[in-house]
Amino acid sequence: MQKITTVTGVAVPLRRSNVDTDQIIPAVFLKRVTKTGFDDALFHGWRQDPEFVLNRPEFQGAKVLIAGPDFGTGSSREHAVWALRDYGFDVVVSSRFGDIFRGNAGKQGLVAAQVAYEDIERLWAVVEADPGIDVTVDLVARTVSAGALTVAFDIDDYTRWRLLEGLDDIALTLRDERAIAEFETHRAAWRPKTLPIREPAESGSL
Amino acid sequence: MSTAQTSADRPRTLAEKVWSDHLVKQGEDGTPDLIYIDLHLVHEVTSPQAFDGLRMAGRPVRRPDLTIATEDHNTPTLEIDKPIADLTSRTQIETLRKNAAEFGIRLHSLGDKEQGIVHVVGPQLGLTQPGITVVCGDSHTSTHGAFGAMAFGIGTSEVEHVLATQTLPLKPFKTMAINVEGTLRPGVTAKDIILAVIAKIGTGGGQGYVLEYRGSAIRALSMDGRMTICNMSIEAGARAGMVAPDETTYAYLKGRAHAPEGDEWDAAVAYWNTLASDEGASFDAEVSIDADALEPFVTWGTNPGQGVSLSESVPDPATIDDQHERAAAERALEYMDLAAGTPLKDIRVDAVFMGSCTNSRIEDLRAFASIIKGKQKAEGVRVMVVPGSARVRLEAEAEGLDKVITDFGAEWRFAGCSMCLGMNPDQLAPGERCASTSNRNFEGRQGKGGRTHLVSPLVAAATAIRGTLSSPWDLGLGTGPEAHSTTDDPGLTATDRTEGEAR
Repeated sequence: MQKITTVTGVAVPLRRSNVDTDQIIPAVFLKRVTKTGFDDALFHGWRQDPEFVLNRPEFQGAKVLIAGPDFGTGSSREHAVWALRDYGFDVVVSSRFGDIFRGNAGKQGLVAAQVAYEDIERLWAVVEADPGIDVTVDLVARTVSAGALTVAFDIDDYTRWRLLEGLDDIALTLRDERAIAEFETHRAAWRPKTLPIREPAESGSL
Repeated sequence: MSTAQTSADRPRTLAEKVWSDHLVKQGEDGTPDLIYIDLHLVHEVTSPQAFDGLRMAGRPVRRPDLTIATEDHNTPTLEIDKPIADLTSRTQIETLRKNAAEFGIRLHSLGDKEQGIVHVVGPQLGLTQPGITVVCGDSHTSTHGAFGAMAFGIGTSEVEHVLATQTLPLKPFKTMAINVEGTLRPGVTAKDIILAVIAKIGTGGGQGYVLEYRGSAIRALSMDGRMTICNMSIEAGARAGMVAPDETTYAYLKGRAHAPEGDEWDAAVAYWNTLASDEGASFDAEVSIDADALEPFVTWGTNPGQGVSLSESVPDPATIDDQHERAAAERALEYMDLAAGTPLKDIRVDAVFMGSCTNSRIEDLRAFASIIKGKQKAEGVRVMVVPGSARVRLEAEAEGLDKVITDFGAEWRFAGCSMCLGMNPDQLAPGERCASTSNRNFEGRQGKGGRTHLVSPLVAAATAIRGTLSSPWDLGLGTGPEAHSTTDDPGLTATDRTEGEAR
């Protein structure tokens, strides 16, 4: 997972509320066997409409998504975060997130920045007045800046620390690698191992 | 490990002992404990993204020698030498093969004699041992608790976590004692015990708990029977189910491919003997079941807690006090196309499925065969028998069970999860009704619109003969306790069986 301190890039105004994870990525894409390559699946239904905001040329290459309240509700699918990341988003700004989505985002290196709803409206106004304008999300200062406007966002301290340090769950556990290795030195020799492969004593009888 | 029992002065449960023996790091300030995982079982459905995550992060599998993979959920049970027709199934299996090769994981593929349902393969190889921790991206991992292991299902992110670190951050579970005292009547089996437990505590009754099955009726069960019980712990909502290891456990393990040998065997047994819950250990909850009173059990609804004795009738939802349960029962009866008050024995079935990680081991097949031997299946009933592993299939064929099964008019298939969840072509047609030895009677589980009644292998066999939900009692077999056979026989015909385990 990449360390994130600041993100600067194009921001997309998504003027919708209650964007559930089925809208973010429909169930039909859950059959895949990879953890990447979901960029085409993101908002798959809505993107069939050429007028959908993500299809507009001035918002190509966007890194920040600015959405209405209750973003990421519904199904727990981690694929929703993968799809946003694969598309190129580093940050989603909303006035309220689904709990599971917010947890999944923090673990997968996607910043879920919560701002007051009136600030969402102000951010939308700025990026719509000047489409393609660079927006900067500063994880250290916990601010979102667009043109002359700077607003504060909320993120819990633990998740912010993990994002700043670039620590996913596995990286966090691997900070205790010495303790794991130490445990392994005491693991009794008779505890089972799958390798090398051993044949049953009387396998010939079958 | 076992020597560092700092809290040995306080009586502890089996689950607490296994937990503390796997503590890599104690959690502080509400953070979880870090628990070491002894055995990681992998299959094709829940592992692809975990391996992909490792690849993206450039991480290796920490302990390939504690990891083993098999193909089971998607595999066909007919013509296993032909390419798999369904594209998603084929992709998942091909992806597992690629990942296993790339990361150095032992894999038993379709056609290999150790291939089969992951929860049948681990025990039969002797990898599942008392006092170990076992995980798998599959909720029925609880099966392995029959050996006194702490075994539970995990999600794909956790699969990746275990592959990378051989540990999991976990908060301790609560403990619940399930005391099953008494003697099962002939015709009543482990499956009936666990269906009765789930009916008693409900599908959410075990939530947050590790269940420890105790009492004389559990001690009298074979390992295959104990596995059936632990397997369905998840259907009561529990994280895991466990049975303390004893001589039955050791007899099952001894001589298996990956069981300890020589001095190591002695050291292992000495440790295993310390695992049972201490006298006076306290559980967070206790439940009692009277084994003497149990009858063959069957589910009538669409969750595993909706079950009653086979001698009863379909319950009337109006008599259920809890409004949510009442509504669930009404919906279930509609889906199952059943009227309240119908005697369960009047219900006709279209199919019988004998298989799944709950009931597809050799003893299950022997029990089933003991009832159908020399008989013909009921007309119009489709009977499918799917062994849990290629080895179980070979073992059954060596005993001639395949002949008994095909002479009966049933289909004898290759190993896999099969119609338990219908990820492969083995499915019910819409509206079809099935007596199934599997573990879940959810709507559409065995095929869209399919209707499932969960039963034991003995009930499945009797039902296949009569065409209506039946137990061996309806065939005039074993109606009194005097016919009860010894410890490791799930069925009625101890004399019919080959002695002991053939390894």
